[in-house]
Parts: sequence; structure tokens; C-alpha cells
Amino acid sequence: MSSSTHQVHPARPAILALADGTVFHGTAFGADGETGGEVVFNTAMTGYQEILTDPSYHGQLVAMTYPEIGNVGVNAEDVESRRPFVSGFIVKEYWDPPSNWRAAQSLGDYMAAHGLVGITGIDTRALVRHLRSHGAQEGVISTVDLDPSRLIEQARARPGLVGRDLVADVTCAEPYGWTEPPWQLGQAPGTPPAADGPFIVAYDFGIKYNILRSLVGAGCRVRVVPASTSAADVLAARPDGVFLSNGPGDPDAVPYAREQVAALVGEVPIFGICLGHQILGLALGGRTFKLKFGHHGANHPVLDLTTQKVEITSQNHGFAVDVDSLRGDAELTHVNLNDRTVEGLTHTRAPVFSVQYHPEASPGPHDADYLFRRFVDMIARERG
Amino acid sequence: MPKRTDLETILLIGSGPIVIGQACEFDYSGVQACKALREEGYRVVLVNSNPATIMTDPEFADRTYIEPMTADVLERIIAAEKPQAVLPTIGGQTALNLAIEIAEAGVLERYGVELIGAKLPAIKKAEDRDLFKQAMQSLGLDLPRSGCVRSVEEAERLRAELPLPLIIRPSRTLGGTGGSVALTERDYASQIRRGLEASPTHEVLVEESIAGWKEFELEVMRDAKDNVVIVCSIENLDPMGVHTGDSVTVAPAQTLTDKEYQMMRDAAVRIIREIGVDTGGSNIQFGVHPGDGRLVVIEMNPRVSRSSALASKATGFPIAKIAAKLAIGYTLDELPNDITRSTPACFEPTIDYVVTKIPRFTFEKFPAAHDVLGPQMKSVGEAMAIGRTFKESLQKAMRSLEIGSFGFDAETGVDRDAVIGRLREPNAGRLWVVGQAFRLGMSLEEIHDVTRIDPWFLRNIEEILDFEKHEVTPERFGDLDTPEQRARLAAAKAMGFADVRLAALSGMTEDAIRAARTAAGIACVYKRVDTCGAEFEAHTPYLYSSFDQEDESGVSDRKKIMILGGGPNRIGQGIEFDYCCVHAAFALKEDGVETIMVNCNPETVSTDYDTSDRLYFEPLTLEDLLAIVDRERPDGVIVQFGGQTPLKLAVPLERAGVPIIGTSPDSIDRAEDRERFDEVLNKLELLRPDNGIARTEAEAVAIAARIGYPILVRPSYVLGGRAMEIIYEASELERYVRLAFVASPDRPLLIDRFLEDAIEVDVDAVSDGRDVVIGGIMEHIERAGVHSGDSACSLPPTSIPADVQDEIRRQTIAMARELGVRGLMNMQYAVQGRQVYILEVNPRASRTVPFVSKAIGVPLAKIAARVMAGKTLAEVGFTKEIVPAHVSVKEAVFPFLKFPGVDTMLGPEMKSTGEVMGIADTFGAAFAKAELAAGTLLPDAGTVFVSVRPADREAVAPTARRLRDLGFQLLATRGTAEHLRAEGIPAETVNKVFEGSPHAVDALEAGAVALVIHTPRAEPQDLRDSFSIRRTALERRIPYFTTIAGAVAAAEAIAAQRGGALGVKPLQAYHLTGGA
Repeated sequence: MSSSTHQVHPARPAILALADGTVFHGTAFGADGETGGEVVFNTAMTGYQEILTDPSYHGQLVAMTYPEIGNVGVNAEDVESRRPFVSGFIVKEYWDPPSNWRAAQSLGDYMAAHGLVGITGIDTRALVRHLRSHGAQEGVISTVDLDPSRLIEQARARPGLVGRDLVADVTCAEPYGWTEPPWQLGQAPGTPPAADGPFIVAYDFGIKYNILRSLVGAGCRVRVVPASTSAADVLAARPDGVFLSNGPGDPDAVPYAREQVAALVGEVPIFGICLGHQILGLALGGRTFKLKFGHHGANHPVLDLTTQKVEITSQNHGFAVDVDSLRGDAELTHVNLNDRTVEGLTHTRAPVFSVQYHPEASPGPHDADYLFRRFVDMIARERG
Repeated sequence: MPKRTDLETILLIGSGPIVIGQACEFDYSGVQACKALREEGYRVVLVNSNPATIMTDPEFADRTYIEPMTADVLERIIAAEKPQAVLPTIGGQTALNLAIEIAEAGVLERYGVELIGAKLPAIKKAEDRDLFKQAMQSLGLDLPRSGCVRSVEEAERLRAELPLPLIIRPSRTLGGTGGSVALTERDYASQIRRGLEASPTHEVLVEESIAGWKEFELEVMRDAKDNVVIVCSIENLDPMGVHTGDSVTVAPAQTLTDKEYQMMRDAAVRIIREIGVDTGGSNIQFGVHPGDGRLVVIEMNPRVSRSSALASKATGFPIAKIAAKLAIGYTLDELPNDITRSTPACFEPTIDYVVTKIPRFTFEKFPAAHDVLGPQMKSVGEAMAIGRTFKESLQKAMRSLEIGSFGFDAETGVDRDAVIGRLREPNAGRLWVVGQAFRLGMSLEEIHDVTRIDPWFLRNIEEILDFEKHEVTPERFGDLDTPEQRARLAAAKAMGFADVRLAALSGMTEDAIRAARTAAGIACVYKRVDTCGAEFEAHTPYLYSSFDQEDESGVSDRKKIMILGGGPNRIGQGIEFDYCCVHAAFALKEDGVETIMVNCNPETVSTDYDTSDRLYFEPLTLEDLLAIVDRERPDGVIVQFGGQTPLKLAVPLERAGVPIIGTSPDSIDRAEDRERFDEVLNKLELLRPDNGIARTEAEAVAIAARIGYPILVRPSYVLGGRAMEIIYEASELERYVRLAFVASPDRPLLIDRFLEDAIEVDVDAVSDGRDVVIGGIMEHIERAGVHSGDSACSLPPTSIPADVQDEIRRQTIAMARELGVRGLMNMQYAVQGRQVYILEVNPRASRTVPFVSKAIGVPLAKIAARVMAGKTLAEVGFTKEIVPAHVSVKEAVFPFLKFPGVDTMLGPEMKSTGEVMGIADTFGAAFAKAELAAGTLLPDAGTVFVSVRPADREAVAPTARRLRDLGFQLLATRGTAEHLRAEGIPAETVNKVFEGSPHAVDALEAGAVALVIHTPRAEPQDLRDSFSIRRTALERRIPYFTTIAGAVAAAEAIAAQRGGALGVKPLQAYHLTGGA
């Protein structure tokens, strides 16, 4: 865990140590302290603020492949949750002060204010190549203890993501309503959704705000509920549809969610994204597995098998549904063109579908935005 | 969808000669398209008038037409070859305009030919300002407020609605020709008139000025299934107001949040769909208000472009190749990503480095032109650099330009006021002025206020300047032997500082810095351009250096040869040299040698990762090259193909132990060093014009007096005849010497006797060190005194007697043997009467190699490369000169229209940007084709204006008579008219300009003249008097000839062209024995 005593100091040394003994020497930015997590890399060239605040990164140290980070600072609008969830941030060249008309704060100040430790000035491409060949692994960033061997030991001692319930850390404590629509240039946020739109209960496994904004944008009335909410409680609220959100970690580690989702299938239209998709896959009798280094970026091609069209998608997941485990009720609808992994599935009879990638983008392209519309249309069909 | 099987033959339209705004990037795209289509089994028919291109090599198409690019010619080719489809989106604006023309003329319909890539309605919607505006409005996208006018009256009405300043853009011109910014009412009126004239459709767009806004470009691709991907985003460092071709540009965009970037991406996707580009690439430009993010669409090019070439090189995604494959029916998901092999081309490249492009200007060639930049493109080339940070990338790009700058060199004697002035008005040197402004203590805010350059870029520059000031000093660098000093050096290198720059700042030598680096183990590593930020393994060694940690060059232990490219294009060193480098790579690759290309010009075929086994996208400086040599340990390095750039490095490279192959640097020096060259000439008993070397003004005057006027003077070691002048009297020489010596204090001045009325001859030859074979003898049409690069020429010669030609052969062979040439050699001769003088020997590839290769049907550069690698001419099968039965004429193409107020008179300083070729069975027909290809439409009837200097009156008479016999009327100035009438040739008299109206220029402006023959005395007074005639002819597009030889050739061409249509014939039919 990171401690935070922020200082503006031009060259504070920092070290990133990996569990396999690889060490990178760099400079600190953001908060001082020590932090650990699974080291993953993200290939998106824009959107570091969204990445930092995406709860799916809880428990991970994120390395950006794009080298210049911090250029546009941080603003009040581009947050994806109540605070940053990335456990540590790794960049080639941290940039301060920002230059953008919306910037309210520098990235480093923002990270320091949230106790988030960053390391800059390392060969991030070397790190990425290392992770690519040796797989994602635990690592530790420290600005306070610069003894590499001790840090390697710490990294080795870390529990890893498999089997850990990280959802419990990030889900909301209490249900809440959501009314903010998607960001648009020159338009003030806060336009309330249509009063007669479908009512959606959204499970918060670590939900990104832009999913909520997109649902509102598609005309939905939205209520967010904690991950532990029972199917009965959800149905009691008489929703028109249920949404299963993204979230961190291993889908096998949240059996309670799988069980509730299994109980909801067939009762109410369901749409799932990312962890929500994996949980749905499990609920439909499928299996999940851990990818070597995951998919984290904004340029992954996904083929929609029903239309044969390709979407460029935003992705962030370390686990995937095993295509061979899909049988019976689950049917493959989307496939990743890079590695042929499962990107979407549908229920053969019930009004249920999900995607592994992020149609809400943020960061990333909006190609798959139509899926929110599809959800609403599906609900409309179900309602007759 | 799989590829289409209903197509068999596809016609590809090239982009014609290199001009400002349309350079060798279209050879790159054309070569990719040719390869891609033939790979799929289609029969490719290519038309391009530019012989210097690689795409016009006979092996790249089934039928290669080096013919003028006009609708007529295209129709004849379509009639002969019966293609089912035309691909118009690969050859720049020229190809697109031509496609529109033949489509609208009904040619495509008549022959049942389909446009693929983009259909006519889509092209028109993108290109027609009104239609484009309507389309954008229908999408709800914002544009600068504007209006389209077709007359001066309409323009005045519009002026009442829009506030100044206004941007004036003529429709459908290359690189924004005729574009300008009107600040005042008066400017507005005159600029509208110029714009209307420049536009082929007489349309001008008048637009709200968004100067100072941030400027971005997106490269978009779409396939037949409507999949759309963005290949690359580009941010212009120079804000709106400077043509993007003239701007420093950076990829990817640096100052957009994801929300803002995606808004732009959404707009781009909707635009390409709305415009209806079926398949292929488009470039879309946007402006963004820095204060509130307002996004406006600027324009769209529904074709591959300069920016798409840059984007391809910046990302490793081959846009033109993919565009060609999409045009024949494939979809993006069906095509593989060549670099990763395992993933499809249907994705958006992500890059983990920063790319900077800096344009290269050539204002020094046109002293009368303003170096102020605006919406009309003025640069002639560009350099690109890749670094892991913007600072590294920027400083690498600066030294890649080869303008003698290795970073933010100080501008001495420039004070604060001058700096502010230079900052305010965008100009060729503004980047350095920004550095100077920081050096003078101006704040970032002040500089931003004046330049509107985004603070992010300025902050980076400020950090470089700060580091220079505080860290790279003699005190802080010391002897570079303490850990602190070495850490400082390492930090400097990571910021992209060149050793040369560090040496200058720290008071050390470049060698000392290098030695210190070696001692401290500070060396660059090489990283790969892989399209994917290292997510997948890269199988293509497309490399760039960075002072980072991990090296992934993965060198082999094969036999390898490294080829040094030519760097950014400039006048005097362009595509011809890239042609030679690429051929060297092809030939050696075929022979199983590993080829390593080094170049920094993103427009070229040589920097296609497909061309060589390994590509280093690096600056061509000693430091950068030694670093590569150190890593690769090549068996040989070829310096003689890339023009002057690598040649200048031959000696320092050899001194550093680099194995230079081919002609030895010592032999090169024997040819270049005047005194050593004299020894060679004396030994061989060969002549050259009387000459001398002056190191002071007094020496110059003395030498001139000894050899007699007129003389030809120039500074030593310059390319393309820089600052070369013909001087007729001592007072002029004194003026010249003062300027020349101020310009380059320690460089001597070369003085030659100028041979009046001599015929100049160019010879290209190849030698294996023992045997010498002549490639071609070219007779210049313009007389000696016009730079060989600017002169039209004919192969074989038309007027030089056979025995004189034999003497030229003898001298060429003797010279090649004496110098021990191994590879290519070019010689320039002047023939005066029957006397042969040697003007110059260049033991290297010359500008004419591609032309000669196409004229004789033998790939000279490939042969030379093999010879350099150790083969004999006998082994490669080239043992005998080929004198073709057909005639090939090369004509030069000039950028004068881009530079208002510049004289078009040709002289010893090279001014052309490109060339075209005409091939036919007679000289007249070949010359007519070459003229047509160069954009000069010779008239069949009308009035010829003749005005020649007294010395030419005798000589012009036969031509005047011939034109008269062909039915032309003659209009002449007094002296010329009197002479013609005395010879019995009827001619009307017209006033010279200074004699008062109505005068010759009035006649030209009234459209009463169809052809101008005008040879002024080469004296300042006369040149000034006749300037308006040349300029008016140029702007009115009236063919004009400024030499008698040119006029003779023109008359010959007119006769040939009137004798019947100029036929078309593919290169393959001229050389039935085959190409390579």
C-alpha cells in the first residue's frame, strides 16, 4: 500500500522490481512511498486519467507504452470513478506542467493528492517486451526503500490476482442513482434522463462512470447497487434490465456474483461488460482462464460474427472466457482478431448478452457504442 | 470479401514530375500499389511522366507508359490497354484531377472502365469546396465560416460578410498553390485575382482565418465492408496558418485528452463515410481552438498523400499498399499486419515513441522570394526523426535536415526585437528563433503569445535550452571523467543532443565527446517500429536509435552492405538519388547480400521497410552513422548513391575505419579537389576551361583578368550550382566576391572561363575498375551556362558529330580508368565547335542515372551496385554501350509559380524541382512530349513573340522562318523585327516594356501571344527589363523559351506535333529485350 507525503522534488530516485528479479531504476513522481501489484501494460496513447481511475486496475501497476505522459494534466470531467484505483503508475517521461484547456491540475499533483506512487524515466518498452515474453507478474515500486533485493522479495511475496476477491474492495457501499450523460464539448453535464426510459439496475463490480453515462445517453434511468446485492433484491426493484459491470481481478474469485447472475438469467434482460461478461460466462456454465499478459489498450480489433464487421475496441482484462467451455445456452458473438479469444457471447434463448471489451470506451474509440442502444432495444422487445 | 476476379488489368496513374507539394511520396505509394496489385495477379498498366521514379522501372508494371499526363494521352492508353479499372488515389492531386477529367469527358464510360478506390461523386464531394461544406454541415460538423467565389464581384460581396484576415484558397491546386492570407482590403482584391487564375476551375474559397488555432490531421482508412480505422494522428507544432507541408509536425497528437481525441476520431469516421470514399486512405485536417476546444474541419484528401506517407513511416502501417489491396476488394480484417505477421491490418497502430517531421526549405535558391510561410506550401522536402521522447525526436530531426544545424544553434547578433519579429511571422527558421528567444530570456508565455505554438512544445524547447545553459558548459562538462560529468553527458544524450552540438557548447571536439562516451559506455540502443507498442513480436527490422536502455537491433552475421541514402529532398538532390539507393538495395538483396538502408526522408521508397533487409531511420551524420556501423559491422558501405550527403561523409567515415566500397574516397577527392584534378587532366592530356581558385578578392580579380571574361564563379563544395553565376565584368565580380566571402569565409572560390555558345554534354558511365561502359551521352538543349539539372537534354545527341561523340567516349573511359572508378561516374563536357572541354567529373551516381536507365533499358544503378560489391561488368552482363534507335528527351520542371516575384531566367544555379521524359522515334516528337509532360502546351497556331539579343538575331532567323512557314504570325521588338524583315521574314513590331504601352507585356496579358522566344542579354540591366515578360508568360501559362537552342527545339516539336498525334508506347515495347 502506498503512503503519501508529496514533495516537489526534481529527481527523487525510484525503483521498480519484478518478482522474477528484473529491476528498473527511475525517478519518482506523484506520491512518495511503496506500492505493489501485478505489472501490466496499456497501449492506449490517450486517456491516462481514465485508466488511473478505472477500478478494474485495482491491484495492478500500470505501465503506459506511450512515452510522454502527463501532457494534458488532469481535469474534473474525465474521471471514471470516485478516485484513482491503479496501484502504481509506470511511464517513460512524466510531463509537468500540463497543456490543455481543460487541465485543472498536473498529473503528479493529482497522484500525490491520492497517495499514488509513480515511476518515470525507465525503459518502458523494455519492460513491455519483458512482460510480453515472461507474462504479467507481481512487482513493487518504491521511492523510499531503494534496495532492489528486498523489493524483489516483496514482489515475490505478493499474493497475485488469481483467486483474490478484489471486487469487494472497489464496489460501492450503498446503492445510488445516476443521471449524468456522456461528455460532449461545450455542453454542461447534468441533463436528466427521460422519465419514461427503461429502468436499469447496474451491478457495481468496479463500474466505470462512462458505462453509467452511456446508459443514460441511451435513455436509461440507472440505479447502481453493490456487488453483493442478491438477485431477489434486484428483482424486487422491478428493473427493466440488469447491467453487469466491469471490475478488477479473477472472475472465479467472486462466486457470490456468479450465483446471483445465474438466478437473474431468464428473469430480466441482462447486459454485461468485461468482468460482468466473465461472470455471465461462468453463470452460463463456462470457464475462464488467465491470459499471459492480458489485453489493455484502445486498438484491439473485434469481429462481430453476426455482422462480419470489425470494431476497434477499448480493452482491459487479464482473464478471458474459454471458448471451448461455451456450450448449451451460451453462444459466441464476438471474437478478438489478434488472438481469437472470446469477446462477446449471447444466450441462445434468454435476452442476455455480454462483451469482454469496453463499448463505453473512455479511453478509446466509440465504435461499439451501439451496444447500449442494442440493450435498450432488447429491453423494449421484452417489454412488448 | 476476397479480391475481385472480374478485373484483370488495372491502370494506375502516377503523380508526374516532382513539384513543390507533390514529391517522391507518390513514388513510394505508387511502388507499393504496383507491388500489391501484381502480387495479387493483376496486370498493371502504369502511366507517369517522371523517369526518376522507381515505379516507372519496367519491372514494376506490366506496361509502363512514360508519357505526358494529359486526358488525351490517358485515353489513348486506355484504348490500347483496355483496363477494366483505374486506380486514381495513389498518384496525388495530379492523378485525382486527371481521373476527374477523363471521367467527366466520358472516357471511362466509353471504354467501360471503372474508378476503384474512390468514385467520381466521392472525389468531387471531397474536392469541391461547396459540396464538402454542405456534406460537413449535414453531419453537424463545424467549419471555418467561408464562401466560394468565381469572380472578383462575388468576392467583394462575400468580403462584406466576413471579417479580415481572410484566407484565400484556389480550388484544386497542388500544395495550395496561389493560397494566401489577406490582411487588408487591397491584398484581398489582388489575392483573389491571383487565386482565380491559379485554380484550374477558376474557383476560390474565402475563409474565416483560424490562424493560431491548434492543427491536427488524422489518417483514415476504410474498406468495402465499411470498416474504418485511424492509422495515425498528427499534431502540427506550427499552429493553423502555415500549410501542413511547411509545418513542423509531430505524431501522435500530444495535447489532446482522450475525450477530445475521440471527438476528432468520431468526426473523421463520419466524414470518410459521408464523403463516400469506398476504400483506401484519406487525410482529414482539423483545427482546434486552444481556449475552448471548438473543433472545425479544415479539409479532406480522398487519396494517399504526403501525410499518409509520413504516417506510414511513423507507424509502420503501409497505407498505400493496404489501400491498393482494399481497392480490389479485400477488407482490412483479411489482410495481415506485415510487421507482427500474427495480427490483421484491421487495427489502429499504437506507437511508443515520438515522431517529428521538419520541412526543408530552399529559399536560398530564390533570393527574391520571401521566406514567410502561409497557406501555400513552399518547402521542397522534409526530414523525419524518431525518438523515445519529443526532445530526442526533435533534436534528431533538426540534424537530419542537413542545413548545418545540429540543434538549437545560437543566432548571433539577433536581438530581442528582431527575434519577436521573426517569431510573429511564421518562417523557415522559426524553430531556431524560438530557441534564440529562450536564450535571450524571453518567457514561455511571451513566446506563446507571439507564436501561438502550444506551451507543451515550447516547454520542451525551453528544457533543451535550459539544459544547454546550465549543464552543457565547459565547467559542468569538465573533462567528462567524473561520475557527475558523465551522468550529465548521458542526460544530454537522452535529450537528443548531438555530439557536435555538445562539443560546440562545452568547448570540446566532436571526437572528444565521442571518446568520452565510449569510455563511459554511453551509447544509443536501437528500437523497433512495430505498429503495436511491443505488444506483439516485430518481424521487421525497422529501427531507430534512442539513448534508452534495451537494444533490440538483433544484428545478423550475414554478409551485409550498408547503403547511405540522400536525406531530405532539396533542389539538386532528390528522388534520383533515392532511385539509385533503392536499386542498390534490390540488386544486392537479389544477390543474397543483407542490405542495410540508412535514411531520414519519410517520402522515399528507400525508407519503406520492404525495400532493404534492415532499415535504420536515422539522421545522416557522422555520429549517427558510426553508431550504426558499430552495431552492424557491415562488410561494405556505399556512399556514392545518395548524392552529396553521404559523399561528404566518405572521408571522415573512412578515417574512422568504415569500409567504403566502390570508388575510393581518395579518387573522389582527386575528382573534387581542383588542384589534384588538374594533375589528373595534365596526365591524361585532357582540357578543361581555363580556371583558377581564389581565396581572396584580389586573387579573384587577378584570375579573371588572366583567363578573360565572361567567367563562371562559384564557391567550392556546393550542390546544384548553389551561388554559381556567370560574370561579364570586373565590377560584378567584386560585388559577387564580397557576398560569397561573407557567406562562407574559409571556402575558396572557383573561377572558370565561361564558354559562350558551347553545347553541354552529360555522360553517365559505369566501371568495374578495369572495364568502362558508357551508359548514355546526353546533349543539352540549353547552351552551357544553364545548370545541367535545369537543362533539357536528348539521348542520343542530336547535333554532335559522331567523331566528337567518340572523343567524348575516349575521354570518359580514360578518366574512369585513371580514377579507378568502381561503380558509377558522371562527366560533364562543353563542346565548342569541335573542341571538347571537361567541365566536371563526379565519380558517383548522378541525377541522370534513372533517365539514362530508362532510355537505354538497362538498370545502371543495379549494375553499379553489383560491381561495387565485387562483380565485374562481364559477370553482370553489361559490356557494351547501348545507343537506342528512339530518342529520349528529359525536361526540367520549375517551382517559379510558387514564388511570386522570382525571375524565371535559367542560369548556372539549379532551380528545378523535378523532371519529365518524352520518348519517341524522332527528336521533335520526343521534345514535344517532354514539353507537354512538363506542362508546356506548345501551340499549333497563333502569334509568336520574338525578342532576342543582338548576338542571337542571326541565329533566330531560321526558326522564325520555320514558324512562319508553319502558319504562325510573328511579333517582335524593334531590333529583332528589323532584322527578321531584312531577312525577308514578315514580322510586326511591338514596344519593349520601357518604350511604353502598348508594349510586349500588354500583348501577353491580352492573350494575343501563343509562344514567346526571348533571349535577353545576360546582364543585370537587360534581365531586369525582360523580367516582366518572363513572369507574365509564366503566370499566363504561355510557353516561353529563353535560349535559341530551346526555340529551335520548340519549332521542331511543333512541326512534329502538327504532323499527327503523338503516339503512346510503353517502355517494355522500346526495350523488347527486357529490363533488369
